[in-house]
Amino acid sequence: MLRRLTRWAVAAPVALALVSGLSACGSDEPGTTASASPAASSAASSSALTVFAAASLTETFTELGKTFEAANPGVKVTFNFGSSATLAQQITQGAPADVFAAASPATMKTVTDASMAAAPTTFVRNKLEIAVPPDNPAKVDELKDLADAKVKVALCAEQVPCGAAAIKALDAAGLKVTPVTLEQDVKATLTKVELGEVDAALVYKTDVLSAGGKVTGIDFPEADKAINDYPIAPLSKAPAPDLAKKFVDLVLSQQGKDVLVKAGFEAA
Amino acid sequence: MLLAVLGMAFLVLPLAGLLVRAPWSTMPERLAEPQVLEALRLSLVTATIATAVCLVLGVPLAWLLARVSFPGRRLVRALVTIPLVLPPVVGGVALLLVLGRRGLIGQWLESAFGFSLPFTTAGVVVAEAFVAMPFLVISVEGALRAADLRYEEAAATLGASRWVVFRRVTMPLIAPGIVAGAVLCWARALGEFGATITFAGNFPGRTQTMPLAVYLALETEPDAAIVLSLLLLLVSVAILAGLRDRWVTSA
Amino acid sequence: MSGSEQDPGNGRPRLEAHLVVERPRFRLDVELAADAGQVIALLGPNGAGKTTALRALAGLTPLSGGHITLDGRALNSVPVERRPIGVVFQDYLLFPHLSALDNVAFGPRCQGASKHEARRTAGAWLERVGLAEHAAARPRQLSGGQAQRVALARALAVEPRLLLLDEPLAALDAHTRLEIRSRLRRHLGDFDGATILVTHDPLDAMVLADHLVVIENGAVVQQGPPAEVARRPRTDYVARLVGLNLYRGAADEQQVTVGDVIFSVTERIHGPVFIAFPPSAVALFRTRPDGTPRNLWQAAIEGIERHGDNVRVHLEGPIAAAADITPAAVADLDLTAGQQVWAAVKATETHAYPA
Repeated sequence: MLRRLTRWAVAAPVALALVSGLSACGSDEPGTTASASPAASSAASSSALTVFAAASLTETFTELGKTFEAANPGVKVTFNFGSSATLAQQITQGAPADVFAAASPATMKTVTDASMAAAPTTFVRNKLEIAVPPDNPAKVDELKDLADAKVKVALCAEQVPCGAAAIKALDAAGLKVTPVTLEQDVKATLTKVELGEVDAALVYKTDVLSAGGKVTGIDFPEADKAINDYPIAPLSKAPAPDLAKKFVDLVLSQQGKDVLVKAGFEAA
Repeated sequence: MLLAVLGMAFLVLPLAGLLVRAPWSTMPERLAEPQVLEALRLSLVTATIATAVCLVLGVPLAWLLARVSFPGRRLVRALVTIPLVLPPVVGGVALLLVLGRRGLIGQWLESAFGFSLPFTTAGVVVAEAFVAMPFLVISVEGALRAADLRYEEAAATLGASRWVVFRRVTMPLIAPGIVAGAVLCWARALGEFGATITFAGNFPGRTQTMPLAVYLALETEPDAAIVLSLLLLLVSVAILAGLRDRWVTSA
Repeated sequence: MSGSEQDPGNGRPRLEAHLVVERPRFRLDVELAADAGQVIALLGPNGAGKTTALRALAGLTPLSGGHITLDGRALNSVPVERRPIGVVFQDYLLFPHLSALDNVAFGPRCQGASKHEARRTAGAWLERVGLAEHAAARPRQLSGGQAQRVALARALAVEPRLLLLDEPLAALDAHTRLEIRSRLRRHLGDFDGATILVTHDPLDAMVLADHLVVIENGAVVQQGPPAEVARRPRTDYVARLVGLNLYRGAADEQQVTVGDVIFSVTERIHGPVFIAFPPSAVALFRTRPDGTPRNLWQAAIEGIERHGDNVRVHLEGPIAAAADITPAAVADLDLTAGQQVWAAVKATETHAYPA
């Protein structure tokens, strides 16, 4: 088919479509694909619960979702994991979600400012670690090593929570680090370490744990200055408000905490 | 007719959405930010270089696929389209596995020349060229296949050597296909996001192209993202329209 | 039309070729010779191998065997671009992106002329074919006849020693064809090299060529001067082309036996012969006419069709034949398909020659 597109008349609009499609390129990120559609289809029934949660909660919340379904027979929990900022956008644009669990207070604020949720609760905290490849080629063992110009460092972009946290930690340590890249999310940052493209990166402890043995995590004291709070809230326009409250309760319960702490989060 | 209108609407309405939501009042100061212009410049430069790279490598490849019969040609043709079907992020990872610091070839590049592609502007060009090349190859191959071989024979009977035939007959005959392919290629390179951010990373002034800037702006400032998108759109349409006039009138 | 400067006076053909091209289920094997200034027409039905022969001469189709010698020089292994040939292709193949002038200048340019020089040569050629005022036109702006003339000028501008024309008039409408045919005849007359013309139209061949070579199924079935071929066809295909009824028979003095039918002929001849007569020489009768049983046979009407001002009646029976009679005769005889009639031919209108 494309083979025939040799004429300008055809080529130009296609070219435009390609260019104008760039904002959709964001969906290349695995976490944000298939965004609102599962939520829309299940919202009609009161036995369905839709949870929008930060991508870093994928493993833990999926496990809690199963627990929740077991405790509430007939209820189907649907998750939409993604960048907190994107999820907040979707919620303020009217996506039919019941619960929002964000990776930063700032993104939750977008939602509360729009009066879409009230009284969020901080349910866990996440701490930064230095992630290095298992063979640690640059011999990194503390934060100031990252300031060495010979060490290739990946950080999250400041627009995303892990990037904001990294800047806070480096500022607290009084360090000036020039990264080779500012990644669009924490998973991408971690991938660069896993592939050995960079010598070190600042990511969350939970991400280091979820990467298994592919990266090594190094604790550093300045991380305490940049702890990231994860707020959760039932949404005010929730199609299933009762289930929403129940799910938030589960996350805040001891059972919920156990699951989250096991994954590397710190209890709030 | 109705379907054509629907098709048009489908393509144009998202653009209208951007226009309606654009924060016109704050537009001037947002555009004046040096980071924006830097990203725009980087986008235009890398997309253009990537297109040039695709032309240099893609036209001979298209020629090979269209004109030379060799075993496994169908397989090669299928392989050429891989970047089209591969999610760009995966393409970026694949590039890292080959050209990255620990990649098959990258390893050697680094030890021999101390040179590493990821996180460099050259890396952006590589990522864009990888994703955009199929558009060029497919267009040019199609043009070569559609071109009447007998013109080349006629030229040979007039005393033209193979090179003269290619330069004075084949190339002009497939010029519209090459131009169309280059335009598709350029447009695709300009909008490239996934492979670029994965392979070349994101660093302002070096590897942060407009789509990357748009994506990150979307995280915190959706209005800024709209402004950046419109700017990229406007510049690309202006360039394409300019090219089009020049080529169509002379062809 | 005189002998070439290179080998004066000895009458050796300029072109001597034995073309063998083998393909799955097809084999071309023909010998061709052409003197300086001579025009040879390759005539034959579709798929006979005419175009293949032309392409082989041009070097566009490799020979499986045989040889090509032009002016005493072997061309077999000379690549296309170095052969001293000019080709006019069936649909001309003028380069669409070049003006008429630049199309004609293409060849001289390839031969090393400067741009200016090549254009001057091209301009002169366009002038000769009467298209000077169309020099700047793109091929798509030219009429069929004009395009054909540009193609001829382009082929001649390289000053070839061998001119190859592939169905040069086939793409033209009837009216243009008449005019272009006579123009082409003039230009071919001026050309001092050898010309090979491929056509399936006997009229083109008769008007343009000095010598006809008829090809069927990849082999030469008959050749000779046009008048000779027209008078003495040797295959059904040629007989149909020139519009004659043709039979193979056995002659004994002035009598030829074709199956059950006996013809009287004017020639004194013995042994296997061809006998030919035009459809207009055949007369039809409802009942058996009186007189000699010779030149007479009973036939069934297979079909009736208009043919020019007359009516052509196709007959089956002991021999298949075509008869041209007037519409009035059809009405008088009340002829319909399937009907039995008697057919007779005048001895003076038959022509017998050795097979």
